[in-house]
Amino acid sequence: MDMKVAKKKLALKEKYKLLTRDLGWEPSYQKKDDIYPYIKYEGIKIHDWDKWEDPFRLTMDSYWKYQAEKERKFYAIIDAHAQNNGHLNITDARYLSALKIFLQAISPGEYAAGKGFARTGREFPGVGTQVACQMQSIDEIRHAQTQIHALSNYNKFYNGFHAFADARDRMWYCTLPRSFFDDAMSSGPFEFMIAIGFSFEYVLTNLLFVPFMSGAAYNGDMATVTFGFSAQSDEARHMTLGLECIKFMLEQDPDNLPIVQNWIDKWFWRGFRLLGVVGTMMDYMLPKRVMSWREAFEIYGIENGGALFNDLARYGIRPPRGWDDAGKALDHMSHQFMLALYQYNFGTAFHTDIPTEEDMAWLDKKYPTTFNKYYRPRWEHIRKLKEAGTPYKNMGLAKLCQTCQIPTVFTEPDDPTQLTIREVDYKGDKYHFCSEGCQHIFENEPEKYIQAVLPMPQLFQAPLSGDLVAWMNWVGLQNGKDNGDYFGSEDQKNFDAWRDLATRNV
Amino acid sequence: MALTSTKPYVGVPRDTVANFNGKQIVYTYWEQHLLFSTPYLTVVEPGMRFGDYWENVVKPLMQADPDAAGVNLAEVKWTMGKQDFTPNISATLAENGIVHKAQLCFRTPGVNTLLAAA
Repeated sequence: MDMKVAKKKLALKEKYKLLTRDLGWEPSYQKKDDIYPYIKYEGIKIHDWDKWEDPFRLTMDSYWKYQAEKERKFYAIIDAHAQNNGHLNITDARYLSALKIFLQAISPGEYAAGKGFARTGREFPGVGTQVACQMQSIDEIRHAQTQIHALSNYNKFYNGFHAFADARDRMWYCTLPRSFFDDAMSSGPFEFMIAIGFSFEYVLTNLLFVPFMSGAAYNGDMATVTFGFSAQSDEARHMTLGLECIKFMLEQDPDNLPIVQNWIDKWFWRGFRLLGVVGTMMDYMLPKRVMSWREAFEIYGIENGGALFNDLARYGIRPPRGWDDAGKALDHMSHQFMLALYQYNFGTAFHTDIPTEEDMAWLDKKYPTTFNKYYRPRWEHIRKLKEAGTPYKNMGLAKLCQTCQIPTVFTEPDDPTQLTIREVDYKGDKYHFCSEGCQHIFENEPEKYIQAVLPMPQLFQAPLSGDLVAWMNWVGLQNGKDNGDYFGSEDQKNFDAWRDLATRNV
Repeated sequence: MALTSTKPYVGVPRDTVANFNGKQIVYTYWEQHLLFSTPYLTVVEPGMRFGDYWENVVKPLMQADPDAAGVNLAEVKWTMGKQDFTPNISATLAENGIVHKAQLCFRTPGVNTLLAAA
């Protein structure tokens, strides 16, 4: 009779080896170049894929276990939030604008990142890289999903949430994140890793998530805090992947340095522009503010980013090209961006409002050298126009940047009274930019960016041919419900009425 | 290199003048009047007289600024792209050399109520 011997449990290291590295084999009847056709054309030279380090050594079976546990907790809280009318616990419904922008502009970006990592997971030959990319791909899809589920509860009660998928594709302010991710996804696998894995996940993600989630906590939005926490534990892994990738490229061959530096320059600037919208949220949209955009950038951008680039200096990497211009823009960008969102608010699927006297005192305190001098007079004039019964709308529509697709609202780095005007002639046509940084990106790869589908010029081409009503239908914008000033909106009336019912005996 | 790609690639521009049904884009910006966040995107016929462009297209868009009423076309200084530019008011946009997606800027020195003196 055989003795039953309990199978020895595999050590973590052994399991990792079996479930990742051992999955790679040398092809015998296909050429390696045919299986991985996209790893050479960007000019990056890799000599040994096994040098790729994966410090987490996470295997798929443990990955599923962790994620499933997080999902269970997440959905329990989301259910409780729905059953207890959690939407009435937020500070006030002005806060919802930040959520609407997040859902229309950021969650689809998570999904795009998911597609991008699925692709790079297939295109990179190294097994360690493949597995890490696949996990991140699943993470990103999960993030998009949990965000959409968390916010769907608000969709039952408020306007502006219902057409986020159409908005993602068609809304003029959503083309900013969309073009960012489309640009990354239409690049090669190495550039994609610098764009999303390094610049976005490592350098900039804290600026997006930390202020956003603390903003949610300050404003009583437990649903959002929960998806934040659920995503947070993945971020450490994502940041490590991004950092590993850049070190790997730089260590493999000295010829990789100029290519990588060029990508860092490009993607830092694109990311900085993308996160400008977070600045408007922090400085203007949260009824209860956490910290200013400037303060957040000082901590998460300048201090953390500065330390990172010091660390990378030993490879010959210098801080990104637009670093100084970014620093100079900090005291201006959120105000310039927000003034634009307000004056075009007939075309936004979220509400905006004019800062109150109290808000403006806060803004002056946070931006002592610029707010009262440059931006208060504009807001006060806009308030005067509203009080006179002639609310301000800019029907001139906006000139957009050919690269980042943001309206060209930003001023010269050294002169906040002069709008930045940059144009380039290419093959007989004119192209316009919001900044030196965006012009530089265009000039490196003009054939890519001349194809940009810019929403404002598109509005005047067939089939819309300038018809604003047809445009609203096409983007899923309900005129008079989703757009315009917060005060007087259906969202404001409903929230005030329901909160009243919830807190008083009437 | 115009694009990093696996094979030669030629992009198709989306905003060529042929797509605008006989019209063209003209961007016009009132310098130091940043109540207007960006230059105005206007879509007009190249055969429109410059004076009509000013009167019927640009002026209505300027009205929200407190300085709008005091602006006199005869005193306005223009640039097109990076060059100084003196428009012929009775000639058309095309005759003035204003092509598709041209950037016009005009200055009204000393008139800037909403802008703090720098």
